[in-house]
Amino acid sequence: MTLRDKTAIVGVGATPYYKRGRSLPQTSLELAGKATLAALADAGLSVADVDGLALYGMGLGGDTSLFAQTLGIPEVRFTATLTGGGGGAAGSVGLAAAAIVSGMATCVVSLMSLQQASSRFGASYAPRGKVGAQYSAPPSPEGNFIQPAGLMAPGQMFAVLARRHMYQYGTQREHFAEVAISTRENARRRETALMRDPLTVEEYFAARMIADPLCLFDFCLECDGAVAVVTVAADRAQDLRQPPVLVTASAHGGHGRWGQAITWMNMPDEIFASSGHRPVAQRLYAMAEMGPEDVDVALFYDHFSPMVLLQLEDYGFCAIGESGPFVADGNIRWPRGSLPVNTHGGNLSEAYIIGMTHVKEAVEQLRGTAVNQVAGAQVALVTGGPASLPTSSLLLRAP
Amino acid sequence: MTATPATDAPLRLPPATLIQLSPDSWTAPFWEAAAAHRLVVPRCTSCAAFRFPPGPFCWRCQAQAIEWVERPGHGTVYSYTIVWHPILPDLADSVPYAPAVVELADTDDVRVVGAVTDAPAHAVEVGLAVELVWRDVRDRVSVPTWRPT
Ligand SMILES: [Zn+2]
Repeated sequence: MTLRDKTAIVGVGATPYYKRGRSLPQTSLELAGKATLAALADAGLSVADVDGLALYGMGLGGDTSLFAQTLGIPEVRFTATLTGGGGGAAGSVGLAAAAIVSGMATCVVSLMSLQQASSRFGASYAPRGKVGAQYSAPPSPEGNFIQPAGLMAPGQMFAVLARRHMYQYGTQREHFAEVAISTRENARRRETALMRDPLTVEEYFAARMIADPLCLFDFCLECDGAVAVVTVAADRAQDLRQPPVLVTASAHGGHGRWGQAITWMNMPDEIFASSGHRPVAQRLYAMAEMGPEDVDVALFYDHFSPMVLLQLEDYGFCAIGESGPFVADGNIRWPRGSLPVNTHGGNLSEAYIIGMTHVKEAVEQLRGTAVNQVAGAQVALVTGGPASLPTSSLLLRAP
Repeated sequence: MTATPATDAPLRLPPATLIQLSPDSWTAPFWEAAAAHRLVVPRCTSCAAFRFPPGPFCWRCQAQAIEWVERPGHGTVYSYTIVWHPILPDLADSVPYAPAVVELADTDDVRVVGAVTDAPAHAVEVGLAVELVWRDVRDRVSVPTWRPT
């Protein structure tokens, strides 16, 4: 038994997206509630229908008690968090589907609410504010083997993976630029996007280097905001306001020795310069009884542009090591590429709400209401991570 | 048309004040040896697998017992980044610095992370042969850095 096509996403909702700190004086709880109410309204449901919460990372601070009490959810029957960080973005919807298929809950909200006014994800492993101050994450015995080298930010750490990929496969900064520029092109047409100015190759190469080989435009945005998604059983979905979007498959996890990945750096050589998604992708396709050739649009978690390349490989859209030439050939461009990628502008140019905007865009693509609509899109791939274990993904399809 | 800053810039090191150790019972012997400028790596006494960082179980056979094996500290750069942007204001005088992931010789490719020292930024590349230089950050606290050989 699997959860294939047994549940559907019936509602999506979001707050406006803000540059870091600009969502104040709203609170993070308030943003979460606004996105949830918007998603329920989109579905034609209300708080009275909700009985499950499926989160990931530090959504709601890892605790749903205050949220349930504040919104007045009648009875919570399922509350769980996919472990890890941003790698759980897509997988939190899979968790919702699992709750429903198992009979533990009937209407499950997955969401992320993010405010970075006082804590920047981009410096997750650094002292807060100044040297010698309190750490964003307290130093751990394992972190002691990384942080004294000055590796203190996810972007610096993923730069190490990107450099290895360049060494092994000849990948070039021009390939990173194509990810950043094609994503920006998609964002230009979207009112919700925070970065709508065109980005040229010249501007890309003129930008300041942050952590070689990653320059400013290889980094995602730093944002505030919230996005919520409502999942119910597929048969119930038929009667609701929106065309249902079926959860065809979900998978999460990864190679055990992928482990802490970027805060460890001792992953097996065969997967070091990967996204960590490879085994997850295989299980996802097996559950869906589909392959990469069935995917019409891909929403790849894009905290750093090279990580889109590595996911193209791990999800089988090109051979391992060949993602650079694949993007150089225009394959990820909307609308004419063979696989339009991040049609919403992604984490790089629309907003960084730790990947939940990708789920929202997949739903809009499959409803046929996306701003940058892929003609006739029937199947969408959504991923969370690269990150430490787990990474996660979803295959969604129009009924 | 490149934004890469002058790559003959000498590499610096992150400030010593930034470095805080928090060893547990499994990692403490590594840092005690480090303070004496000795590099030791734990090896499983059952199957001879190296484990790194030190921890309570062998990832290959799940045994707990280890022996501490000393190594001279030679290796090659497996990958690296060069940090040009100070993510905290107090790092402004410490860039560029270059965290490198180094494959340690004669350990079945245990990777030890440390900043590259005594080199210009352009000297760092994958495959570069390096040797360990202990950096004394304060009394009884030394951390690994890597110098091209
Ligand atoms: Zn063993």
